Amino acid sequence: MKEYRTINKIAGPLIFVEKTEPVGYEELVNIVQADGTVKRGQVLDTSDDFVVVQVFESTAGIGRDAGVRFTGETIKMPVSRDMLGRILSGAGKPKDGGPDIVPEKRLDIGGAAINPYARQSPADFIQTGISTIDATNTLVRGQKLPIFSGSGLPHNEIALQIARQARVPGSTEDFAVVFAAMGITKEEENQFMADFERTGALEHAVVFLNLADDPAVERIITPRLALTTAEYLAFELGYHVLVILTDMTNYCEALRQIGAAREEVPGRRGYPGYMYTDLASLYERAGLIKGLKGSVTQLSILTMPGDDITHPIADLSGYITEGQIVVNRDLHRKGIYPPINVLPSLSRLMNNGIGEGKTRDDHKKVTDQMYAAYAEGNDLRGLVAIVGKDALSERDQRLLEFADHFENRFVRQGHDENRTIEDSLDLAWELLATLPEELLVRIDRGLIQKYHPKYRKEA
Amino acid sequence: MEVKGNSNGILKRISGPVVTAVGLNAHMYDVVQVGDEKLMGEIIRIEGDKTIIQVYENTSGIRPGEPVVNTGLSLSVELGPGLLTSIYDGIQRPLELLVEKMGNFIERGVTAPGLSHEKLWEFVPVVRKGDAVVAGTVIGEVQETNILTKIMVPPKSKGGVVSEIKSGEFTIDDVVCTLDNGEEIAMMQVWPVRVPRPVTEKMNPDIPLITGQRILDGLFPIAKGGTAAIPGPFGSGKTVTQQALAKWSDAQIVVYIGCGERGNEMTEVLTEFPELEDPKSGKPLMERTVLIANTSNMPVAAREASVYTGITIAEYFRDMGFDVSLMADSTSRWAEAMREISSRLEEMPGEEGYPAYLAARLSEFYERAGRVETLNHESGSVTVIGAVSPPGGDFSEPVTQNTLRIVKCFWALDAKLSQRRHFPAINWLNSYSLYLDTLSKWYDENVSPEWNGLRIWAMEVLQKEAELQEIVQLVGSDALPDEEQITIEVARMLREIFLQQNAFDPVDTYCSMQKQFDIMKAINTYAVLAYGAQKLGVPPTKVITIAAKNDLPQVKFMTDYKEEITRINAAMGTEIGALKEAYQK
Ligand SMILES: Nc1ncnc2c1ncn2[C@@H]1O[C@H](COP(=O)(O)OP(=O)(O)OP(=O)(O)O)[C@@H](O)[C@H]1O
Ligand SMILES: Nc1ncnc2c1ncn2[C@@H]1O[C@H](COP(=O)(O)OP(=O)(O)O)[C@@H](O)[C@H]1O
Ligand SMILES: [Mg+2]
Ligand SMILES: [Mg+2]
Repeated sequence: MKEYRTINKIAGPLIFVEKTEPVGYEELVNIVQADGTVKRGQVLDTSDDFVVVQVFESTAGIGRDAGVRFTGETIKMPVSRDMLGRILSGAGKPKDGGPDIVPEKRLDIGGAAINPYARQSPADFIQTGISTIDATNTLVRGQKLPIFSGSGLPHNEIALQIARQARVPGSTEDFAVVFAAMGITKEEENQFMADFERTGALEHAVVFLNLADDPAVERIITPRLALTTAEYLAFELGYHVLVILTDMTNYCEALRQIGAAREEVPGRRGYPGYMYTDLASLYERAGLIKGLKGSVTQLSILTMPGDDITHPIADLSGYITEGQIVVNRDLHRKGIYPPINVLPSLSRLMNNGIGEGKTRDDHKKVTDQMYAAYAEGNDLRGLVAIVGKDALSERDQRLLEFADHFENRFVRQGHDENRTIEDSLDLAWELLATLPEELLVRIDRGLIQKYHPKYRKEA
Repeated sequence: MEVKGNSNGILKRISGPVVTAVGLNAHMYDVVQVGDEKLMGEIIRIEGDKTIIQVYENTSGIRPGEPVVNTGLSLSVELGPGLLTSIYDGIQRPLELLVEKMGNFIERGVTAPGLSHEKLWEFVPVVRKGDAVVAGTVIGEVQETNILTKIMVPPKSKGGVVSEIKSGEFTIDDVVCTLDNGEEIAMMQVWPVRVPRPVTEKMNPDIPLITGQRILDGLFPIAKGGTAAIPGPFGSGKTVTQQALAKWSDAQIVVYIGCGERGNEMTEVLTEFPELEDPKSGKPLMERTVLIANTSNMPVAAREASVYTGITIAEYFRDMGFDVSLMADSTSRWAEAMREISSRLEEMPGEEGYPAYLAARLSEFYERAGRVETLNHESGSVTVIGAVSPPGGDFSEPVTQNTLRIVKCFWALDAKLSQRRHFPAINWLNSYSLYLDTLSKWYDENVSPEWNGLRIWAMEVLQKEAELQEIVQLVGSDALPDEEQITIEVARMLREIFLQQNAFDPVDTYCSMQKQFDIMKAINTYAVLAYGAQKLGVPPTKVITIAAKNDLPQVKFMTDYKEEITRINAAMGTEIGALKEAYQK
């Protein structure tokens, strides 16, 4: 392999190399510093005049005297079954003192798109044991459902509780967790690792760690390494893989940094115009494939800057993922765990995974009814502050109380409380029964007769 | 593909989906083969000896110095038997064939024709030797699915007299008709996607596209051949609404474009549509459908092309005399693809980085909608319904605003409504249809002479409610005058019973015009009774809480609802009658 010493310019994470032989777009590059350190990078722009290389580590220490080697291939990830139980760096190097991965295969980390014709619609209900997910925003196997949170909110606890409790009822198939940390703090890392060790989850997990003090640009490849591993485990080895990516906000910051270094015309709030496409190339790597056994389910976490759901990171994510679980600061302040606000939360694949033969025949209608009642009760809180409770009609007073019950009994649950879907739905009926029956317009008469506590008692 | 002589160039620069070549004999929008792997691309700019190309496939690993070959053809689609039930990527490669050729993931460098060139189709001629034909004349028919599609003289033909016409099984390339001037006609036509197909003339759209969605047919109807936009933040219901329209609207052909959206959504259409029946023909919905899926993670240049591929296919069916409806989900992703390509070209950006020609492209696209007199002097239409995905749900952004200026129906989705699970979350105060006047005659004649009056009444009640809600927000609902408490209740019924419609309920997903009328009429009946009783001194709380009307919401979930709604109407009369009597004494 030829080594060039023709670096002309270094700007942020980018280096510009001149007078090379033809170099491939997105080719892997090794940069050899004067002191012998080798860093990795990737070709972003190639022409016969110059080549732009994005370096995945800090460019500190790289000078015009550094050597540049073009490897002639795009970035590959060595994968193997033995990765389960291993802890790797954000760049995929062992971080647990163990041996190098002996590859069974080397896969391109770019990840080609799954042909929509080859996809299988996700439909298997995953019980997480959390009512606000199972009953109202149901997760199904192969879904990409992120947690939209804010700094200081307990999204990690929620993600861990899901990872601990998530089961497809009745299924005993092989499962694995792929965990990719991007720019999280040491403390957060400890929180995750301690829980993985305590529950024995580590045995079934592959962990990629890019911490807050690791190079920011490395975050661009960390999720791609994780997803390549997940696809291998799922589609070649038949595992049901849960991928946790955290924190997508740090990923997007790294993307913005590279855009700025390339002097690109920025899109909204300085993020690159292609961020939607770029995020899609990660989030869309989830799902099921017809005729294959495994699945990739994605649970990414992002912290919304300023708790703003219209911020480009949350907004573009929401446009790509199959719903979102929104963690809310007001509920958190009220001391409610998990502080999930169901109103802006959504699971788009819910309808595929619920109903008779999957969860229960009343599931969809009960959920709709609870949403409607909670939304209305919640709105009335504003009114009560102005006119006082007495100015409300009887109907409105009931709705107002419903909103309180909903938060305190349905939303609130313990860190280790694992509710079955039946428990969650029965609880929902208990709360709905506090409302006058004629308010339950979203539920068919037949279901009311079957499940409403009033009739159940009679029967 | 056939290759013109002396048209080889060399790659000079690769940066994402945009590459530069030198030494190419180039013309704008020619299709080229890029690199050793012959990736498909299209020329989008010429600067001296440099040619800028957008590439429809992933360019990883491609190097300067690799060859570029100009095919000399424009980006075109194959039109003919075999389109129906197909699913294509943005450049009309059949996804099913791609799975066969390269497995579950979309790799690159594979060409796949849009139509099968081997399959035999039974061609039944409808013209005879000696008949004079012109461009657009139907010369035969093929039973493609349950739909009988037409074989036409290509639009660019000079026409002539039929000297030979065949009958029997042929491939799409076989000559089935020869004209006296020697012109040979096969079943397949090839048409460049960026050029609208010609028509005799555009006509006024005055027949509604019946969608089976109460808020649309009832309050904001669209005409066959009309245009509509569905803007809304994520999760507000753009896709579900588009899919409901693809399922239930009374179009004869549906073209559904998943433009830069989710893979699973297309898979869902693929699994669901073959199972669902067209309420009119009783045949599987898939048989009238063509799908285009260029999902968010598929190449952006092909995403840019996908809407053109879709609308050209729609026009082709329109030319046969069909009513076609085209859904594009989402036009914002198309606009973003333009932006991405434009920024790689380092063009001077317009608003929010979109290219200055954004507005022009959008209006050219929607302009391809319309009810027309075809070249064959029949009536056909293309209705275009585009989803818009404004960043942060803010409608003041360029794609929404430029679309608003063109389309005639605006179905504004509202996050507040979707969050409270009021679906379809179409905001009745911001939405509009400019077809109300032209369509009112049709409703008069085909639904009921009362229909237009009821619609105006319902809108008034809803407007009034919005005003009253502002007062309620300050003083509480008990402080409202009696009459207005009833208005609030009637508006609630309109919202919860008429406007809300669950797309996932097996019955309520589609509502016939008759049923729409009956439901609206029942609410109106209640209103008339209620105001009447209140005038006689019955307290509003009594009028509002009558038991008979509690059964009305259930009517939505019934197939045979007639008897029940008649019973409810009568029971409401009786109950309110009794109240009146009690309070008169
Ligand atoms: N109970 C309800 N059921 C259905 N729709 C409702 C209900 N309450 C309000 N809406 C509708 O939701 C939309 C927004 O409601 P609202 O008037 O409270 O918000 P706004 O004042 O316009 O919002 P903002 O807070 O942005 O100023 C309106 O179309 C309104 O008619
Ligand atoms: N008419 C409807 N009936 C019932 N649910 C609906 C309806 N429209 C939308 N929804 C719900 O809203 C969710 C998001 O809708 P979707 O069309 O995917 O939104 P968008 O395309 O605007 O992001 C759906 O998954 C579904 O749960
Ligand atoms: Mg959508
Ligand atoms: Mg307001």
